[in-house]
Amino acid sequence: MSELFPLKQVMGFVFSLVLTAVALGVYYFDMSFAVGMTVLLVTAFLQAGLQLVVFMHAGETEDKGAIYTNVYYGVIIALVTVFGTLLALVWDMG
Amino acid sequence: MEFFERFAIPHPSIAIYASMVAAGLTMIAVIAGLTYFKKWGYLWREWITTVDHKRIGIMYLISALLMLFRGGVDAIMMRAQLAVPENKLLDAQHYNEIFTTHGVVMILFMAMPFIIFFMNFVVPLQIGARDVAFPRLNALSFWLFFMGAMLFNISFMVGGSPDAGWTSYFPLADGESVGSHYYMIAIQIAGIGTLMTGINFITTILKMRAPGMTLMKMPMFTWASLITSVIIVFAFPVLTVALAMGTMDLLFGTQFFTLDNGGMAMLWANLFWVWGHPEVYILILPAFGIYSEIISTFSRRNLYGYKSMVGSMVLISLLSFVVWAHHFFTMGQGAFANSIFSITTMAIAVPTGVKIFNWLLTLWKGKIEFTTPMLYSTLFIPLFTLGGVTGVMLAMSAADYQYHNTMFLVAHFHNVIIPGVVFAMLAGLTFYWPKMFGFMLNEKIGKWTAWLLSIGFLLAFMPMYVTGLDGQARRMYTYSESTGFGPLNMVSFIGAAIMAVGFVLIVYNIYYSVRYASRDISADPWDARTLEWATHTPVPEYNFAITPEVASSEALWDVKKKDHVLFKGDYEKIHMPNNSGVPFIMSCIFFAWGFSLVFSLWIPAIITTIGIFVCMTLRSFEKDHGHYISVKEIEDTESELRGA
Ligand code: HEM
Ligand SMILES: [Cu+2]
Repeated sequence: MSELFPLKQVMGFVFSLVLTAVALGVYYFDMSFAVGMTVLLVTAFLQAGLQLVVFMHAGETEDKGAIYTNVYYGVIIALVTVFGTLLALVWDMG
Repeated sequence: MEFFERFAIPHPSIAIYASMVAAGLTMIAVIAGLTYFKKWGYLWREWITTVDHKRIGIMYLISALLMLFRGGVDAIMMRAQLAVPENKLLDAQHYNEIFTTHGVVMILFMAMPFIIFFMNFVVPLQIGARDVAFPRLNALSFWLFFMGAMLFNISFMVGGSPDAGWTSYFPLADGESVGSHYYMIAIQIAGIGTLMTGINFITTILKMRAPGMTLMKMPMFTWASLITSVIIVFAFPVLTVALAMGTMDLLFGTQFFTLDNGGMAMLWANLFWVWGHPEVYILILPAFGIYSEIISTFSRRNLYGYKSMVGSMVLISLLSFVVWAHHFFTMGQGAFANSIFSITTMAIAVPTGVKIFNWLLTLWKGKIEFTTPMLYSTLFIPLFTLGGVTGVMLAMSAADYQYHNTMFLVAHFHNVIIPGVVFAMLAGLTFYWPKMFGFMLNEKIGKWTAWLLSIGFLLAFMPMYVTGLDGQARRMYTYSESTGFGPLNMVSFIGAAIMAVGFVLIVYNIYYSVRYASRDISADPWDARTLEWATHTPVPEYNFAITPEVASSEALWDVKKKDHVLFKGDYEKIHMPNNSGVPFIMSCIFFAWGFSLVFSLWIPAIITTIGIFVCMTLRSFEKDHGHYISVKEIEDTESELRGA
């Protein structure tokens, strides 16, 4: 029975619904901009990771290494780009 | 009548009208020729619908050469205009349109397809594969690139050419004419094609290498293509997003890059260069890969420092993403931010230097043979180093306030692009020509070309370093006599004219070699070292009748020197993908879609959008299992090719 029931996928599905609901909460509840953004960012990244691992099977083939290397590389570049942009256009802009 | 007014060009000239006539006549001649010689069917079956990486590569090559001449004519017009002070050949608006077109065409529609041509033609052969991982996607990549390029190229005849520079900075790009629309949409279409190429080649290289070829046993050009594809996949989405935002600003009144309502024009410059700097490494790394292959082949020894070559490329790929702000040191950010980007920029010189030394050390104990490709490669080393040194000068943010926006910068980037990328393209073209077409290009004409291009290059661009330091601004259509820039600009023009002769010689060389070159050459005419030379010429559809097994990065050399056996076992039937017309049709719809958006024709825009989705849906439901080439057919082809 346990082999037939996709427990991981069902749990993943429930969890992704929960994440969506939490993100939606930002709209319905009154909170400061900072808190709202934090909630959105955290739920967004958890959601993306969840999709990648559970539903797109990132770690389930022999290409696991290549896939995760690509993902980490992408994350690093995205962070550098975001913070570099903030540095140049906002923080250090006279 | 009112409807058609939008297609008129806002700033006409005799040259533009003449180009329209010429373009019209060329179209008629091509259509008439194809009909007369009954070649439509051939064209459709063998080329337009093909999914063969070799043919797609050759189509990239033809497009790149055409665009090289388009961009080259622009260059000559600019140099002619600047040859003497206060010249009246071109007016300010035309000059703006021409340098914009020249920049975009040269980078995106000449250099990019040229490197993708090499990746397409060489990589699958070099790793012993039958095709790329997604052959049909590859065809779609090509046709999207092609249609994007064509859309951009008609702009100066229909509606007006973009005129805000190849960087298209806002708010300047927020102009009245449709020029900027062309820029945003045409590059978008071509860019999507490039992005898919990146994905395709990462998969191909990671998944389809011949047995025995571990990552560290890949030939250097394959390594360069892998790293390039990774940079493409991470850099091009930024361009896609920036262009989409720009398009929305221009067409739908959003305010991303405007000066008010919370818009930020600097954000465009920022995003553009987040893509733009990695882009220059997308161009140069495959060029480095080609030089590596050529230098080791004609030094008759293995490449010095294989591991450090790979390591430096990985490092360059990471560093290329952390330097972009060096393109706008003068935009107003403080010394702290500028210092950081200065240092990261200078750091790139280190891995690049490692590569230069590796090539020098390969030459060191080699038995050097000066063929045309080798001549280009040895000319590349000193000339490129010159450009690298002026690059480090530009990297010093404080000093950049002096160089910024002057001819010094123009001299610098041509100094890395021409000896770095263009020479590599020409060297590689000469090197791989016999593999593609079964005869060699003439060596004597080839060497003349290399020398003319080098001398012309020095004459054309060295003076610009001087006038640039003296304050001659870039993108200025003229200057007064009292500046004293006149004589040096004349030298520049002469240099550009010599380069033009060089480029014409390339065409003449092709013509000459088609007529007179011997067809009786071996499949390995350069005595090369890697797998792409281990199959027949012309390369059969399936590349290798038996999948090769390799033991080092120089598989063919092992065969020659170490009695390595590449092909073990018997023929088996080979599975190959089917041709398809969908990529071409879909790209035509993309062209119509782009054209409709450029002119804000909403109803055709909606219809074509639906058309694009219909094509994708059809593909999802299509059952296409490819076809098999039987053992009998393989035997026939093989014995025929061996006999020839
Ligand atoms: C064949 C010889 C070439 C000549 C004589 C030449 C000449 C020029 C000239 C005169 C300008 C404009 C300078 C100004 O007024 O700002 C220019 C700009 C430019 N060129 Fe070239 N060029 C050549 C080849 C190339 C190649 C091969 C590439 C790239 C692959 C290239 C890329 C560019 C770019 C990106 C710009 C800047 C355009 C802009 O300001 O928006 N050029 N070139
Ligand atoms: Cu840069």
